Amino acid sequence: MNKIVEKEFFSENVCKIVIDAPEIAKSRKPGNFVIIRLDEKGERIPLTIASSDVEKGTITLVVQRVGVTTAKLLAMESGDTIHDVAGPLGKATHIERVGTVLCAGGGVGVAPLLPIVEGFKKAGNKVVTVLAARTKELVILEEQMREFSDEVIVMTDDGSYGKKGLVTAGMEEVIQREKVNLSVVIGPAIMMKFAALTTKKYNIPTIASLNTIMVDGTGMCGACRVSVGGKTRFVCVDGPEFDAHQVNFDEMLQRLGAYKKEEAEAYERYLKTVQ
Amino acid sequence: MENIAEYLKEERSQPWRDELRKSMKAKERTSIERVHMPEQDPEKRSHNYLEVNLGLTEEQAITESHRCLDCPDPTCISGCPVGINIPKFIKKIEARDYMGAAVVLKETNALPAVCGRVCPQEVQCEASCFYTVKLKKPAIAIGNLERFAADYERNSGNISVPEVAKHNGIKVAVIGSGPAGLAASGDLAKFGYDVTVFEALHEIGGVLKYGIPEYRLPNEVVDVEIENLRKMGVKFHTNFIIGKTATIDDLRKEGYEAFFIGSGAGLPRFMNIPGENHIAVYSSNEYLTRINLMHAADPEYDTPILKGKVAAVIGGGNTAMDSVRTAKRMGAERAILVYRRSEKEMPARLEEVKHAKEEGIEFLTLHNPVEYEADEQGRVNKMRLQKMELGEPDASGRRRPIPIKGSEFDIDVDLVVVAIGVSPNPLIPHSLPDLKMSKWGTIIVDKETMQSSIPDLFAGGDIVRGGATVILAMGDGRKAAAGIHKYIQEKVASK
Repeated sequence: MNKIVEKEFFSENVCKIVIDAPEIAKSRKPGNFVIIRLDEKGERIPLTIASSDVEKGTITLVVQRVGVTTAKLLAMESGDTIHDVAGPLGKATHIERVGTVLCAGGGVGVAPLLPIVEGFKKAGNKVVTVLAARTKELVILEEQMREFSDEVIVMTDDGSYGKKGLVTAGMEEVIQREKVNLSVVIGPAIMMKFAALTTKKYNIPTIASLNTIMVDGTGMCGACRVSVGGKTRFVCVDGPEFDAHQVNFDEMLQRLGAYKKEEAEAYERYLKTVQ
Repeated sequence: MENIAEYLKEERSQPWRDELRKSMKAKERTSIERVHMPEQDPEKRSHNYLEVNLGLTEEQAITESHRCLDCPDPTCISGCPVGINIPKFIKKIEARDYMGAAVVLKETNALPAVCGRVCPQEVQCEASCFYTVKLKKPAIAIGNLERFAADYERNSGNISVPEVAKHNGIKVAVIGSGPAGLAASGDLAKFGYDVTVFEALHEIGGVLKYGIPEYRLPNEVVDVEIENLRKMGVKFHTNFIIGKTATIDDLRKEGYEAFFIGSGAGLPRFMNIPGENHIAVYSSNEYLTRINLMHAADPEYDTPILKGKVAAVIGGGNTAMDSVRTAKRMGAERAILVYRRSEKEMPARLEEVKHAKEEGIEFLTLHNPVEYEADEQGRVNKMRLQKMELGEPDASGRRRPIPIKGSEFDIDVDLVVVAIGVSPNPLIPHSLPDLKMSKWGTIIVDKETMQSSIPDLFAGGDIVRGGATVILAMGDGRKAAAGIHKYIQEKVASK
């Protein structure tokens, strides 16, 4: 049982949730995720850890409403408890001094990107961060990103804030301008696919952090499997970060849709219960 | 351990045993037919998750117990991985002391109600029974009797808690709450240790909960056994992943003196054939976990599961049987078991094969999938099979399957479960770079003490064996508990 100690909506469908989890707060590293289960009848879903506070014993998650579980989570209040929180899981980001790191985050992918940006900055790299969102209200954590980035470029699809265009346009701008030694991309699968295609053109080593469907999160079930360089890998234990140029994003996108019908039906049923 | 024979002899010569033996002639005993376990009707049960085996009636159990000759040299015991005093518990049943029978079982077996249901008795105790070996008759139904005694005790609501030595305050950590971990923690508690079990999932029980289906092993049965361990003072910590949430080193600093690793073989194997990552191709671990642990078949629960009209399960072991029979219960019109060897080589328990056939499972032996195809949404819709023939025996002693070239053909399927085995879970070994591992990723241990290359670390079950049975894992857990006890006593003495 883990208590929610703080909750703050970034936008209608995106919320920051701080959870009491002292052991995880202590051991988590950038790149790690947790598996949560809201109640006895809940499903297990993976959520990447955005930050932690060892002294307070808390971890911070940034959650987007995409289905029943995330909708239920966003409807919970401070003081409510989550039945199960397990982690930290997955391999930590390999952080070292490489020179210039181009970090690109889309949507809620910006949240797990934050500790990685911080890590690379503290390791002595120059960090340029591109934040992308559909529209102004969906741009999150910009201020925190600025704290650890040498430069932040904001891109919105509709041009309501920052520059108008996709994440790849922002990335191209940086790549054209200066030597980039490493790129890290986190966001929706489709965004990572195109971000990876962009850096591939310039032969820039690129890491993507994948957020696939999982059940146990400890290597036991294989629900999260993806093809990387033609080989099947498990995101939960082999990842979540992989060489973005080797990931078969098309297969990943398909697998992410495995329960589209079941999820939509479940969401309908859920909406009826809350109305 | 050399005085075990002596001990058994002494037990056997007790007056009540003598009397029972004399109460019926051997010839009379051997002329009794082996009992038949009552079962749920096949057609009915293939649509529900209730237990298939209904358990022996009291009368049946007594009749069966009379068959046992209470041999002077009970070879059955040598066939039991945890060394249950089999004749003694059976004679307790004959004496109608069912509670006493349960106590005998629990002297050496922390989970008798589980073992009575899932052990492959036909290759263990029953294979070395005097009836099998010498009389060439059906063995005593040892497993059925074990279940009877354990169930009788559980249903009485008056479960005996094994005697526990005075608490010594020494902390021991057990990692993983499957059969190996539960057996180890039971014995460690008996020795008086302060035992904490760390479990990565949200439920205690490991494979007994996520793997073995409800119709073969109801969760309630497992929970009662876990509750019993709690009463013995064992503590359980769920959602705790050793190597991640905390390391072995962290726990050492918290004062843990020794560790038992029973983290299981939780890494499913795939065949690495084209199309294996299509939607609705599951590992057996995922398929069974969704249904058993997450209750995906119950609409009250949030976890989804894909249903198939034609379900194909690949493999020939118990997990394959569990998966294919579950697919049938999930509403598949055709549930097909695809196995690359012949039925003779199947590693599954005979009873599971029999039950599967009765439930209408189709057996496609000497076939192997080579490719899967999918529809536009990426969901599997076709399986290409290759016919196989058997060649010379391989390292496993079974005849090697050889593909027949040009024999490929397609069948339409919309659900596939791959149940071809598991590899050891790498999480803990990865966090311990000094730990000696085999090339298969299993932990190397001393066969007697189960001690690993790191002195305070012991291991057993599938993380050592790479994929075996509940009872072998339990046997390892017990051996390791004894090994840990010896290790700590020596350490304390040298201080």
